[in-house]
Amino acid sequence: MNFDFTDEEKKFREKVEEFVKSQVPPDWDDKVVYWPGGYGTNPEMEIEFHNFCHDFVKKLGQKGWMSLGWPEKYGGQNSWLKQAIVNDVLSYYRMPSGGIAACISGPSIVVVGSEEMKQEWLPKIALGEAGFWLAYSEPNAGSDLGSIKTTAVEDGDDFIVNGQKIWSSGAHVTRYGWMLAKTDPKARKHQSASLIIVDCDSPGITIRPIINIAGKHSFNEVYFDDVRVPKKNLVGELHKGFYNVMLALQFERLAVGSGLFRRVLDELVHYARTTVSHGQPLAKNPEVRRKLAAIAIEVEVFLGYYWRSVWMLDQGQVPELEASGLKLCFTELGRTMAGLAIDILGMYGQLDQDSKRAPFNGRVCLGYLDSISGPIGAGTSEVQRNIIATRGLGLSRG
Amino acid sequence: MDFEFSEEQKILKKMARDFLKKECPKELVRQLEETETGHSPELWRKMAELGWMGLIVPEEYGGSEFSFIDLIILFEEMGYNICPGPFFSTVVLGALPIMAAGSADQKAAYLPGIAGGEAIWTLALTEPDGRYDASGISLRAVPEGDEYLLSGTKLFVPDAHLAQYIICAARTTDGPEPKEGLTVFIIDAQAPGLSLTPLKTLVRDRQFELLFDRVRVAKASVLGEVDRGWPVIKDILDKAAVAKCAEMLGGSQAVLDMAVQYSKERTQFDRPIGSFQAIQHHLANMWMGIFAAGHLTYKAAWKISQGLPAGQDAAMAKAKAGEAYRQITILGHQIFGGIGFTMEHDMHLYHRRSAAGDLVFGHSGFQLEQTAQGLGL
Repeated sequence: MNFDFTDEEKKFREKVEEFVKSQVPPDWDDKVVYWPGGYGTNPEMEIEFHNFCHDFVKKLGQKGWMSLGWPEKYGGQNSWLKQAIVNDVLSYYRMPSGGIAACISGPSIVVVGSEEMKQEWLPKIALGEAGFWLAYSEPNAGSDLGSIKTTAVEDGDDFIVNGQKIWSSGAHVTRYGWMLAKTDPKARKHQSASLIIVDCDSPGITIRPIINIAGKHSFNEVYFDDVRVPKKNLVGELHKGFYNVMLALQFERLAVGSGLFRRVLDELVHYARTTVSHGQPLAKNPEVRRKLAAIAIEVEVFLGYYWRSVWMLDQGQVPELEASGLKLCFTELGRTMAGLAIDILGMYGQLDQDSKRAPFNGRVCLGYLDSISGPIGAGTSEVQRNIIATRGLGLSRG
Repeated sequence: MDFEFSEEQKILKKMARDFLKKECPKELVRQLEETETGHSPELWRKMAELGWMGLIVPEEYGGSEFSFIDLIILFEEMGYNICPGPFFSTVVLGALPIMAAGSADQKAAYLPGIAGGEAIWTLALTEPDGRYDASGISLRAVPEGDEYLLSGTKLFVPDAHLAQYIICAARTTDGPEPKEGLTVFIIDAQAPGLSLTPLKTLVRDRQFELLFDRVRVAKASVLGEVDRGWPVIKDILDKAAVAKCAEMLGGSQAVLDMAVQYSKERTQFDRPIGSFQAIQHHLANMWMGIFAAGHLTYKAAWKISQGLPAGQDAAMAKAKAGEAYRQITILGHQIFGGIGFTMEHDMHLYHRRSAAGDLVFGHSGFQLEQTAQGLGL
């Protein structure tokens, strides 16, 4: 066993840190309220930061730092560990990472995509030139993805897509929809859909913003009205969409923003040490000490899930149990941390972004709201526990 | 990074699992609760034949010189199966401090006896205020000629009735800083002035109140340096905490395995209870607790094996493993329902140990405070 990084990996981390630190805008931490484990405060979703994020992601792409886990054949370095180091550093500084394209679509195409698809898409994704959003959920299909109704009907060289997607994070700032749609409605549920890439510059697409409870526009409803999608945009085999989505979900569960947890813990410890209340630093308050210590332990546990899952991928293993545990752990941790931060900040915890006297520019207040999304999105905590019990421990479904 | 056991470690683990299942079945565990000594010399001998007592003792003293993390693997299996007796006391509380702080003479005098399974040891540390920090030690050691006279009370001393030697923490000098002025002694358990009273415990192990009435100890019996005993004690506490974490981890796994098995077999409402989500979620939460405790325990153990500072890791592991084991036995009991609430069933053997394990060497609350200090709060 070995719980440490190699010297080479440590040097790589230093290199990444040096670069990222040089790119962080001076007032970034005052503007970005990104809360660890939440899906609704990611700066990459905010229109205000769109140009900056887009340019920065391209710089990452030029360094090859978006595709480190991919096989060498496709320009990668076969190292999910190195990719995870990059993501860990990026998230510590609240910087964009290229999200779904590099983390989910690219790796999925590597595994199931045709050669033509790989040649068309992988270079663009690796360079940060193709942004994706996940087009899975619908109003009637959240946990029950099998109940989707959006159809992709074959018509010559194209599919014609009709339907609606919801909770479409980033659909307003990225071009390509990574969509699960019904291609064989009469077949059994899990053989009835396919994964296709939809170019949202196509006619027939309407995006309606949905404002989340943190007041941010991070997700949307998207309507598809006779949208033509070329058949070459089919990812993997026809009608095998559910399996491909399951594969993609594995990668999604690693898209974690690990560094942000370490960052917020550091910020809360610093806050406790430097804020005086009742004549002594908050750090001397027994409740604060106990709660911060407990969070520090949970962050260490989370990092255990994270590095183990990444290591398993590099060993060629499928971290199914571990990835569910990881997702469950970090999203509930994000919510717990937000609650703890509210406790530590006391009355100041309710001060919103841009309020006078708001600590961390309201990040805790908004984090308390955004942290609700973590245990719900990308497979609810309840679903993750079902997966651990059924697929992991072998219990039967009802 | 590498999160897998080596082939050797996998073999050690499997051997330990099979051996304990065969040689220390639950019938023996229950029997030993009732006997006078709580110790099976036959089981002890068989473990000695496997070289377990000397697993990490250096070869020159008759051991196998494996590393601390290998010992942790063994403790995990002991926690899984439950293995009563003075193994923990002898190896963790006896051999490890001698290896860490003993002079060459002391190592040569004592380690072979431990490695060969001939000697039983224990540690007398906690006092009536039940604490694990330096201020909790007030038993006095007064110098007199070539000796020290020890007077005071030690509590919760495991296996004192079996031990040939007792490692004892005492205060030799007073001062403003409690961590200074402590000295660790090796005491002959037969020394005059030492009296034992058994304490009846939750786990039916054998813990004792020890009264020291001017017990004479030679100066050569000092382990480490006079007045500089705290680092020796802290080192024992860190390693003992991690070893206890491993036992608790093993116990947690045993509870999960039993509960999964039962959930598949027990039917109510015409279906296995494991098909109900409430049960599934309990089991998932148990699995998560085990993952957490396992990661922290093995990380701390690895750091100790590498000679890296591990105080913070040990504190975090102990806080989490204790809390997890307690939650896991509670959930296990929920899954077993009425039948688990009987003496006949094995569930309570683990539930008792979840409390005892959390409490010893500093319970979760204590460890959280240690962790807070480590964070710089």
